[in-house]
Amino acid sequence: MMRTLRREDLVCRQVVELVNDYLEGDLSRRDRRRFERHLRACPNCTAYLEQMRVTIAATGRLTPEDLTPEARDEFTELFRTWAGGGPDAEGDSGDEA
Amino acid sequence: MVSPDSDEALLTRLRAGDESAFLVLVSRYNGSLLRVARTFVPNDAVAEEVVQDTWIGVVRGIERFEGRSSFKTWLFRILVNRARTSGVREHRHDTFDPTEPAVSADRFDATGAWAEPVTPWESDVDDRLVAATWGPSLRAALDGLPERQRDVVLLRDVEGLGSEDVCEVLGISEGNQRVLLHRGRSRLRSVLESELAARGR
Repeated sequence: MMRTLRREDLVCRQVVELVNDYLEGDLSRRDRRRFERHLRACPNCTAYLEQMRVTIAATGRLTPEDLTPEARDEFTELFRTWAGGGPDAEGDSGDEA
Repeated sequence: MVSPDSDEALLTRLRAGDESAFLVLVSRYNGSLLRVARTFVPNDAVAEEVVQDTWIGVVRGIERFEGRSSFKTWLFRILVNRARTSGVREHRHDTFDPTEPAVSADRFDATGAWAEPVTPWESDVDDRLVAATWGPSLRAALDGLPERQRDVVLLRDVEGLGSEDVCEVLGISEGNQRVLLHRGRSRLRSVLESELAARGR
């Protein structure tokens, strides 16, 4: 049986578009309340939100590939060349700290 | 307390001329720099040049880095500046539909509710397991995102920059950042959902 929608109720299709703003803390208070009210009644969207959380955390666990030994040698060379001013002592502006 | 392998600690050693500290920073960030560089320039060779140039900028500019922003933000800003001044493909725009839904429309019924239940990922599926098991798929999905989405997700979720820093590095508005992040993360979730569903079969 379908529950009666209040005019301000969100449907699942809308909720998935708001999940990221919710996680970012970018929803207005009113929208956050509507969002959370929907979640309390909807196991599907609750599962969806959890999937997004796991996705974001798993992405945070990706690490860059290790440097190949060749790349390591190149960067060692680069460091030795440039540390202490480099081959020319010209000022290198433009990257403000 | 500053952890010995934090960026800060490494920078202190780098300022003192410590080569090994430099190599740790390079291993930490080179992969991400290449990915971001690749979205600004036409090919891998140019991307590698731009990234090398960025590291030269770090070695030469380290004295001037005052720590007002995080090292990462500074690093990626140098990269993006170098990439832009290399003058190629600056105005490449992603061809993605900004109205594209986070979840395919056919997953919902006429009322906008889920047509089929969303399968909760089992309680043993946490982010460690996902990263360990589906890391390669996740990485491939990340690389396959439209370029600006990839840059935003890479800087926010892989590198952990805040949204303001990402806007500053990429020169995009807060609103744009939000949309790109939303699309990118939604896409990654849907890739993982397919992977996990395949496992269950």
